[in-house]
Amino acid sequence: MILRSGPENKHYRDRVKELSGENVDLCFQCGACSSGCPMTQEMDYLPSKVIRMVQLGLEEAQESKTIWVCTTCFNCEVRCPRGIDIANVMEALRQLVLRKKYNRVSIDELSPEELRDLPQVALVSNQRKMTA
Amino acid sequence: MTRLAYYPGCTLKTNARNFEESTMATAEALGVELVEPGRWNCCGTVHALAKDDVMHHLAPIRNLIRVEELNAEGSVDSKKVVTLCAMCYNTLKRSNQVFNQDSDKRKKIRDIMTKEDTQYSGGVEVIHYLEALKEQGWDKVAAQVKKPLKGLKVAPYYGCLLLRPRGIGIDDADSPTIMEDLLKALGAEVVSFAYSQKCCGSYHTVHMREVVADLSHKILKQAEVAGADMLVTACPLCEYNLGQRQTQVKQQYPSFNSIPVVYFTQLMALAFGLGEEATAFEANRPEPTPLLKEKGLLE
Amino acid sequence: MICLENNDEMITIFVMGKKHRVPGSLTIMKAMEYTGHQFRRGAGCRGGFCGACATLYRKKGSYKLEGALACQKIVEDGMYIAQIPFSPSEKKTYNLNELKPDAPTILEYYPEVSRCLACNTCTKACPQDIMVMDYVQASLRGDIEQAAKLSFDCLSCGLCAVRCPAEIVPYNVGQLARRLYSKYVVGPTQHVLDRVKEVEEGKYDEEVKELMNMPLDKLKVKYNTRDKVEE
Repeated sequence: MILRSGPENKHYRDRVKELSGENVDLCFQCGACSSGCPMTQEMDYLPSKVIRMVQLGLEEAQESKTIWVCTTCFNCEVRCPRGIDIANVMEALRQLVLRKKYNRVSIDELSPEELRDLPQVALVSNQRKMTA
Repeated sequence: MTRLAYYPGCTLKTNARNFEESTMATAEALGVELVEPGRWNCCGTVHALAKDDVMHHLAPIRNLIRVEELNAEGSVDSKKVVTLCAMCYNTLKRSNQVFNQDSDKRKKIRDIMTKEDTQYSGGVEVIHYLEALKEQGWDKVAAQVKKPLKGLKVAPYYGCLLLRPRGIGIDDADSPTIMEDLLKALGAEVVSFAYSQKCCGSYHTVHMREVVADLSHKILKQAEVAGADMLVTACPLCEYNLGQRQTQVKQQYPSFNSIPVVYFTQLMALAFGLGEEATAFEANRPEPTPLLKEKGLLE
Repeated sequence: MICLENNDEMITIFVMGKKHRVPGSLTIMKAMEYTGHQFRRGAGCRGGFCGACATLYRKKGSYKLEGALACQKIVEDGMYIAQIPFSPSEKKTYNLNELKPDAPTILEYYPEVSRCLACNTCTKACPQDIMVMDYVQASLRGDIEQAAKLSFDCLSCGLCAVRCPAEIVPYNVGQLARRLYSKYVVGPTQHVLDRVKEVEEGKYDEEVKELMNMPLDKLKVKYNTRDKVEE
């Protein structure tokens, strides 16, 4: 896959930095976040790769499966030697998609049995992260 | 009796009733009265991370106003609020931090909450029940133990939101000891295992149950390999993913051996000798009673 | 019929974008009829009890979009009015006989309550001063009694549903909570059942027969001299 980046991509990078409050420019691609992440086998891009894409201002970052698989467990935040909270960046990328009227998990697709069985904490947190 | 404001969270009133019941019983034994506000709302877990977000902080802040009201009317002894659910703890604490650190958001939040009689001052301290126990002193906990949990090998499972991100966690994120200290005070044998802070899959249990079953399998298997008889947790979602979902795990991994998962307060109630109603083991899946009977800790 | 006071001041209102002069003491509904509009929809009891006349309006110079019942709210100078015929919400089908009064029941039929942000927009929109957010939150927790009691005055006017950012329709949730509460928590009212039994056994047959055969003038006397509770 060939990804191109140029000066015109700066705007996207700045938008993600603003929304996440994280300075992604500090990342030097050590990969500590990826090695601590519990969900990497479900991801298409490793967390460190998504950060690289954001550094280059590539909107493909928000088209990844990775951002939806993230559980916001903050293992990455704890491990990052430069103090970046990668989970915040994931959230910013999710928000950029969700705010365009997109719901990743629509609550009316769940079966009555599932709705009866799941504890409130599961439904509430799921809808918080997966819907606009 | 110290009177402490207590925020339950939705799940403690339904699926995690056993967590609340065991806590109430043990708190009484320790001389702590947990006072629930008459009016509270869902904390709206998980904490909203986007920097421009104001709306998602309303729910947690509203609960902190309730705590201040309790304090103002003299029903509690301080502006501390204790939670049992690790997710509620994390959400309330983080929104409290945002409110106190961001003057712009503080103003917006106050402007929107026009129907509240009092404005939030920012003065509430959010703590987790484990912190409250630590503050009291482990010797006080040990003093209440009538039946030490001798021979019970327990693996403490912290999960994520109790320890992370840094600055919010109740203990060191890399090498926590708070649950270990509690278990030692109860006379149990602590089993360390590598996955005690690994995420259980959290809210993906709603739409990606196979993935959650995978993660749970890894965690539970590691605990078993390390020699644990059971796991303890402080979060209803972890209990659901690691405990209730074991039927799903068994479907995907037929050779999996089920291992009980209980709340730490349930083991406290057991060690304090407070009886069946306090330990409330009936709702736990898989059922811990056969194992406990085998160990001679239950009749 | 619209009764006007002799010294009623005329004010300006806007209905469907058109400017009108109306007496200032009228309700929105009466004012709209004064201007010649006829209500085919969005009018019911005219007494603040059925919820049919939900209306959105704004006041002169105010940035806010407000809601009220047209039959109750008095007009103000510069008020800009738009009717909401009804909010087309989906009411779930359930068999009340098969349900339990608990949180899983609420979540099965109205799982969207888990999206509630506790923002209180619904409470602010309610023309009956109901604590809407509180009853939605109570149903999320499974506290059916609280949800039923707090939503008691709800008219299903729809103003809360129209404004909710989490896309919840609170009045449907409140209705389910009240039904569960009365059927399962309160249970059948014994004195009603006892009275029905008495009626079926014929205890009141003679009295009813006597009333049915009574001439009109005697009925009038009986009515006028009936037992009354003095206010």
